[in-house]
Amino acid sequence: MSNRLTQNSSNQRDARRARPVPSSLLNWLGVLPFFLFIFLFVFLPSFSLVSGSFQDRQGNFTFQNYLDLFSPSILSAYWVTIRISLASAVGGGILGFFMAYAVTLGGLPKGLRNALLTFSGVASNFAGVPLAFAFIATLGRTGMVTVLLKMAGFDLYDRGFSLYSFWGLTLTYLYFQFPLMILIITPALDGLKREWREAAENLGASSWTYWRRVALPVLTPSILGAMILLFGNAFGAYATALSLTGGFINLITILIGSQIKGDVLQNTGLGYALAIGMVIVMAGAITIYYFLRRRSERWLRV
Amino acid sequence: MSKRNVLWSWFWMFLGGLYFFLPLLATFEFSLKARKGVYSFLAYERVFADPLFLRTFIFSLEMAVFTALAGILLIFPTVYWIRLKLPQLRGLIEFVSMLPFVVPAIVLVFGLIRVFSGAPFFLTNTFTGTNVLLVAAYVVLTMPYLYRSIDTGLQAIDVRTLTEAAQSLGAGWGTILFRVILPNVRVSILSGSFLAVATVMGEFTIASFLVGIRAFGPYMSLVGQNKTYESSSLAIISFALTWAFIGLIQLLNRGRVQTQIAGAH
Repeated sequence: MSNRLTQNSSNQRDARRARPVPSSLLNWLGVLPFFLFIFLFVFLPSFSLVSGSFQDRQGNFTFQNYLDLFSPSILSAYWVTIRISLASAVGGGILGFFMAYAVTLGGLPKGLRNALLTFSGVASNFAGVPLAFAFIATLGRTGMVTVLLKMAGFDLYDRGFSLYSFWGLTLTYLYFQFPLMILIITPALDGLKREWREAAENLGASSWTYWRRVALPVLTPSILGAMILLFGNAFGAYATALSLTGGFINLITILIGSQIKGDVLQNTGLGYALAIGMVIVMAGAITIYYFLRRRSERWLRV
Repeated sequence: MSKRNVLWSWFWMFLGGLYFFLPLLATFEFSLKARKGVYSFLAYERVFADPLFLRTFIFSLEMAVFTALAGILLIFPTVYWIRLKLPQLRGLIEFVSMLPFVVPAIVLVFGLIRVFSGAPFFLTNTFTGTNVLLVAAYVVLTMPYLYRSIDTGLQAIDVRTLTEAAQSLGAGWGTILFRVILPNVRVSILSGSFLAVATVMGEFTIASFLVGIRAFGPYMSLVGQNKTYESSSLAIISFALTWAFIGLIQLLNRGRVQTQIAGAH
């Protein structure tokens, strides 16, 4: 957020000093390669999926693919994906928030902060195939934690737990979710002004009242915004889920994956509609994120 | 700070620390058990002895380097130019740089295959064409943080003064870009590239559909399907790699950590 301020002021500085050169055609040529690239490799593929999703097998225009999305198995795939993403976003959000709180305001030694941020940078990038391997070695049927708990008299798998199901996948996603939360929310916690706490205490507020009436309301947009990013992070995950479950979980990304490999839906148009459905969910999430970020910047200017 | 507050902080640190280290410990322990009854590095020896390991590793490293280079060549001049001449485009390019987040990797590769495997491009018919498509997809995938680090770097220097000074000394655009501006934002460009390389190295989703077993991510996945201990040692190797790249970035930035939110998971 401090970036944003300096950015604005440097923009103004640049603008004031700018000579009155009309932005000629030549200027626009300079950004042509980049936007050509974006057109070719982002827009063209996206529009191709959109156009494909409105075509039936003979290539005629139809809405049928979108109506077909409402079949039970596809709805359940969206629903499971959304639930796992929500659970891992909320779980990772809570764990990450409290850890970030611990190293910023929690009175822990200063050195821990840098260590935690480094660990978080590594863990938030550690995902996909190797992460799945790590969790199989930890919580799989012969995993270390499973065996240790069994020796202690608690059989996870007898109690209905499976690494290859909803909770197993959520626990695995948590590994890259909570570090991302720490990285996103630490600057927001740094932005809480000491004066607010002092002012609240002078007015007789307890620590609890300060958090409930001052700090949390200020932080809420940042926390929600960060959790939305976490949601999106999990929603698009494919590699982790595939290598963990071998594809035997009904996620929307897995469904699209098998559609690319072969026509499992017996209908390519439906496959494209599935993909566009994902984009719509993500676009909705990012729109809410932008709105929340605007709100949080109202207070958290450092 | 009250005592209870500190205790509360330690509690969460302990919980998170457990979550972070336990899987690593379990994986490492498991990877040492390839020889019955004793701990050994047998699984690692087998991995390193596998010619496919080296081949896929080098392939992915090459793709990663091409991605970083192509990304820099594409984004750096554009962001510079927008700052200098077309500030009205700043909002647009910021929006565009976030697009890869809206289009998950699996959707992106779906669309890319639909567009480029057929007429008029036929990119997937040749090895070179497929590699070009792979690098292009990776440039899109890594764009959010490459853009962010380049933009942050350019923000910290006075682009206009440097450019005018260079121009008054008779420098052309190439000289200005690569011999005046670039050295000034070297650190941010390098740290962005390292993050890009770290992501691309183990990337699975796009690689598995475009080049399959030629890349490191799909290779790891294949090993996981038939070799138990080797897969754990690969997970440890891959973690060490991630650690090395992030460590390098940290060293460059003296402590600041970057976040990434692109669909590499």
